[in-house]
Amino acid sequence: MRAGITRVGLLRAGVFFALLIAIPLVGAPGWILNTLIFTIMYAGLASSWNLVGGYAGYPSLGHVAFFGIGAYAIGILFSKDVHGGYVPFLVLPLIGLAVGLLAVPIGWVSMRTRADVFAIVTITILFIAQTLAFNLKSVTGGAQGSSVAPPPFGVDTFDWPFYFAMVILLAIAMGISFYFRNSKIGLSLATVRADEDKAHGVGVRVTAVKLISFGVSAGLVAMAGGIWAYYVGFIYPQFAVDPLITIGMVLMTFLGGRATLWGPVLGAFILIPAQEYFAQAFGASQLYLVAYAAVFLVIMLFLPRGILPTITQRLRSRRAGLAADAASTVQAPAAGTTARNERITR
Amino acid sequence: MHALIQAIILGILTGGVYALMASGQTLIFGIMKVVNLAQGALVVLGAYLTYTLFTQLGIDPFLSVLITTPLLFLVGVAVQWALLRPLHSDDVGQLSLLVTFAVALGVEGVLSFAYGTTLTNIQPSYANTSWTILGYQVSLVRFVAFVLSLVMLGLLYLILQRTKFGRSVRATVQNPMSAQLLGVNAQRVSAIGFGLGTATAAAAGSVFGMLNSFNPGSHYDLISRLLTIVVLGGLGSIGGSVIAALVMGVASSVVSALASPIWSDFSFFIVLLLVLLLRPRGLFGARTRGAL
Repeated sequence: MRAGITRVGLLRAGVFFALLIAIPLVGAPGWILNTLIFTIMYAGLASSWNLVGGYAGYPSLGHVAFFGIGAYAIGILFSKDVHGGYVPFLVLPLIGLAVGLLAVPIGWVSMRTRADVFAIVTITILFIAQTLAFNLKSVTGGAQGSSVAPPPFGVDTFDWPFYFAMVILLAIAMGISFYFRNSKIGLSLATVRADEDKAHGVGVRVTAVKLISFGVSAGLVAMAGGIWAYYVGFIYPQFAVDPLITIGMVLMTFLGGRATLWGPVLGAFILIPAQEYFAQAFGASQLYLVAYAAVFLVIMLFLPRGILPTITQRLRSRRAGLAADAASTVQAPAAGTTARNERITR
Repeated sequence: MHALIQAIILGILTGGVYALMASGQTLIFGIMKVVNLAQGALVVLGAYLTYTLFTQLGIDPFLSVLITTPLLFLVGVAVQWALLRPLHSDDVGQLSLLVTFAVALGVEGVLSFAYGTTLTNIQPSYANTSWTILGYQVSLVRFVAFVLSLVMLGLLYLILQRTKFGRSVRATVQNPMSAQLLGVNAQRVSAIGFGLGTATAAAAGSVFGMLNSFNPGSHYDLISRLLTIVVLGGLGSIGGSVIAALVMGVASSVVSALASPIWSDFSFFIVLLLVLLLRPRGLFGARTRGAL
């Protein structure tokens, strides 16, 4: 799988991003842009989560904490004035950098644990962030929320800056994801996922690569949070630090395929439109939660490995014939999952 | 000083109820290595069942435990059988975490649909009765709740220590492979074990509904506290989780009495992070998978 830059890969990415850029330019209606902004945001979030949850195999359930921090950072810096409208976007990289650095000590503490305990510890990080958001009233405005000053963008193209910001963020996240796959970092992370103790034993700098992936992932998520806050304008603790955002990232990555480049993106482009549809179909009633839970269960029960790995494996076994069928299960990315699972079930 | 002792008494009484919820969760982890994120939602479900039995049929909330416990036992068995059993066995850890979260979401959705999202609570006639002992207030509901929790914990202990089923559970916890080789039916133990774990949520739910206002979203608060408790106690150790629950009950009650109720939950998380820094296996943890 680690093939470096291929012509097919470049073409695929080129077509995908060209399409994304073209959609607003050809005059797509507002509701499509609105749905797409959230879809692309989740594609970026899931791709970032994948750096830790997929490549390193550390299922963080607390990433929305960083999303919230990014959101509040924009909210606090630009509550009165957005300086022409584009300054918040320029400040975003700094927010990403700051949150990424902040995440390193958090990762250092939480990544001392593994698997289930890690998931639990990261959930508590989520609840810590939520408690702080609700109760540090002087900073966050508490349950009353806080707001970002409205940007002076024209009515017709109001969504455009946010849309393109999300596209750029997705491109960065996927670029980093691609770089991880094709560099020593990705290789080291794969060994961490497969068997951390052995990796440590043969001299892989386990802690360093784990913290790099955690920090980078958190920084990207914070930037998405910042754009989100600027776009929606109001920041309430229950939406900025919503457990459903974390679960969204995880679910999309699982659906598309963990530790793959396109899996998280595919997952987001399936789930967000589906979610919008449910919200439309069931209105404000909470049945929408039930439908979401049902989709969730179906994915876990019938596609536990995700769409892309399943398809790749099918194609490969068809191409190689039945004889190679057994062998194909030992290839990446399924190899990563299988090897890692041995550690888990042990 | 008076306030401090009052807070400690309150903390122990509340901690007993949390001990009951947490023991079910840690039992499930011990048997199946599944972190049950739905435990909080099932407690809330138990509270709503009690609420309905009380308001519609006039059944006393404490007595309704006799009805809700078997019901939630069946729910647990059904969840295990339908959703957890079919999971691909080589990735149970992460997948089961997500599956139980989905169950929590589903329960939340159904409850919001059936009852709406406004806060309710269960108010029996004796809700405000309390005794004064040596100048300290002890409310009737809290005291009976504590006793009820102890009784349920005692029953759980008897089941695990004195019955054949309990023996197969303990064997499975210690070494699943050997247990199966010796003829323990792993699927049956998992199903009944999961049922027992969720059944503790029923009794805890009735009590929770009398002590707190709740709505379908309350399970997030509960699960965050429960997870802290089971990690502190060492995942899979029932004794550990009982002690951790009492410690956390007292700690949060003291914090809320001396500082502010807002920070009582916060103290849970800070203690958890400190413990993980110093002792990643939890206070009483045997070496479990996942911990360092």
